[in-house]
Amino acid sequence: MLAFKLAFRNLLGAGLRTWLNVTVLSIAFVVIVFYSGMLDGWNRQALTDTKNWEVGFGQLWHPNYDPFDPFCLQDAHAPITGKTKALAELGQITPILITQATIYPQGRMQNIFLKGIDPNQKIIQLPTSELNNKTDEVPAIIGKRMAEEAKIKQGDRLLVRWRDKNGTFDTREVKIVSVFNCNVQSVDNKQIWIPLKTLQQITGLENEATLFIAGSAFKNQTLTPWQFKELKYLLREIDEIIQTKKVGAGVIYGLLLSIALLAIFDTQVLSVFRRQKEIGTYIALGMTRAQVVAIFTIEGSAHSLLAILLGTLWGSPLLWHLQNSGIPMPKSVDSMGVSISENIFPVYSMGLILSTVLLVIISATIVSYFPTRKITKLRPTDALKGKIQ
Amino acid sequence: MDDSVIIKIERLAKRFPVGTGEFTALHNISLTFQKGEFTGLVGPSGSGKTTLLNIIGTLDYPSEGEVEVVGRSVKGLTHKQAAYLRNYNIGFIFQTYNLLQVYTVFENIEFALLLQNHTAAQRKKAVMEALDWVGLTDKFNSKPSQLSGGECQRVAIARAMVKRPLLVLADEPSANLDAKNSHNIVQMMKRLNKELNTTFIFATHDEKVMHYLDRIITLRDGAVDEDRLILTRENQLLC
Ligand SMILES: Nc1ncnc2c1ncn2[C@@H]1O[C@H](COP(=O)(O)OP(=O)(O)OP(=O)(O)O)[C@@H](O)[C@H]1O
Ligand SMILES: [Mg+2]
Repeated sequence: MLAFKLAFRNLLGAGLRTWLNVTVLSIAFVVIVFYSGMLDGWNRQALTDTKNWEVGFGQLWHPNYDPFDPFCLQDAHAPITGKTKALAELGQITPILITQATIYPQGRMQNIFLKGIDPNQKIIQLPTSELNNKTDEVPAIIGKRMAEEAKIKQGDRLLVRWRDKNGTFDTREVKIVSVFNCNVQSVDNKQIWIPLKTLQQITGLENEATLFIAGSAFKNQTLTPWQFKELKYLLREIDEIIQTKKVGAGVIYGLLLSIALLAIFDTQVLSVFRRQKEIGTYIALGMTRAQVVAIFTIEGSAHSLLAILLGTLWGSPLLWHLQNSGIPMPKSVDSMGVSISENIFPVYSMGLILSTVLLVIISATIVSYFPTRKITKLRPTDALKGKIQ
Repeated sequence: MDDSVIIKIERLAKRFPVGTGEFTALHNISLTFQKGEFTGLVGPSGSGKTTLLNIIGTLDYPSEGEVEVVGRSVKGLTHKQAAYLRNYNIGFIFQTYNLLQVYTVFENIEFALLLQNHTAAQRKKAVMEALDWVGLTDKFNSKPSQLSGGECQRVAIARAMVKRPLLVLADEPSANLDAKNSHNIVQMMKRLNKELNTTFIFATHDEKVMHYLDRIITLRDGAVDEDRLILTRENQLLC
């Protein structure tokens, strides 16, 4: 208690120097909370979006299906029969058929995926009901990214060419009945969604599917030949990307914190050097060296308490504002492979704030302690003379 | 050891390492101090006064010989035990006052008690009493920077006395003060010496201080040159 009182008196007595240290440390504190909160928010949003728009509660894959190998698709399909058929009819799973195709926007050839989906499915948020629109052509929906990249608008007609199951080329015109806006680029980039029945028909793969998306009611069970992929497996990529980003962010935190801690370290070295007479006085008054070390350490680490206070003061309105309005993301971020929305809403969890507070306090205490170890080597008589060594 | 003896020094020597050799600051010192003494160590500069006070105050240690302070040999003391001894039994007064600048007068005095276990109420009572001894009751809330030199030294006296130690060591307490203040603080200490039977040992050059001493020990080149009791009027009365 005594040490705390003395620490704050000394700190506030030191004036500008203290406030410089405290300001730098408070910036580090707020930036860490801000950036971690942003990553957590991004992570949470990416996971929810991906789950809602793409992977549902897990997927059943054909054993040959490999999302990274477009050429596998030719052999990655099987009929929907027996149990899977029953489950699909119950709405617990919904079949998807995928095939490679080519389009020619503005006369340029572009390879895409043609994906068939049941217009009445309720498992993912794709606006598939739009595919119920009656048109002479095949109705199709695409995402905003795809629309921008291929310069296609709603209502446009588009020539699509594909190979059927025998490898013969076939061509059809599809009509874009709707352009949806979604953060998950893996349901958007380079793909066109059309009704499942139509795709099965035109490819000659009647009643076949490449994979199924499971809904919440689905219970994992053996459904040969289909292989169940858990949500955790399907979302692992996002986890990995966010983890990588966290490592990158860690480097930034480390640098920022180092600057602030260096300033405190410097102040501590100077304190021990300049205040030898005071140290001698403490010892003469009957303090042990350990108690004097504690006083100086607490004084240094009290910077962190002031920094947290100051950071809270200027940081919380800022962070609160960002939490409500979201952080606008530049378009270029989009290509990083994780679902990202135009605005990220940061999530500042109690755990994040507490762990950052602890990080700041503990690291400040450690750098405050090291310079004070010199006190234990100081002879009390020399200290009282205030001799500068 | 006789109960009335507070410090017993036998064949004390103190050597400091200097360059490759050693410098003998004190040698062959044998002295005994009784409780309640008001004694001065005098002698030319460099004769070893401060060195002797530091050893008695357990801030430094002897190179040779035996030193017992309030019944404890200082040789075997750990840092912690020495700190405890200083905390409870020894008060220090310095030439440069050594007050804590960030603390008020009250807090500076209270500091000595904070290291011991007292309740806030006990501390307050003791501090106000100490302030009364030195006549600074009205300045309790001032900072040292707002006080005169004489007032600072009175705060330092109150800080040394507030824990009612057996022994007070004062190194040149009047060296930075004018004549009036010098008399003032020595009289103050003399009064406390009488009232509380606290032992005072000074290191001093100051004639004004010497005037009040009961015993003057003259050091020369690190050895006791002369040790004499002064028969002041008060001492005569006591005899
Ligand atoms: N740490 C030290 N290292 C080396 N020599 C020292 C040390 N401390 C004191 N001395 C020497 O010991 C001698 C006695 O010093 P001391 O400070 O006790 O003198 P003093 O009688 O108090 O003098 P003054 O009246 O000037 O205060 C001096 O010659 C001094 O140079
Ligand atoms: Mg001296």
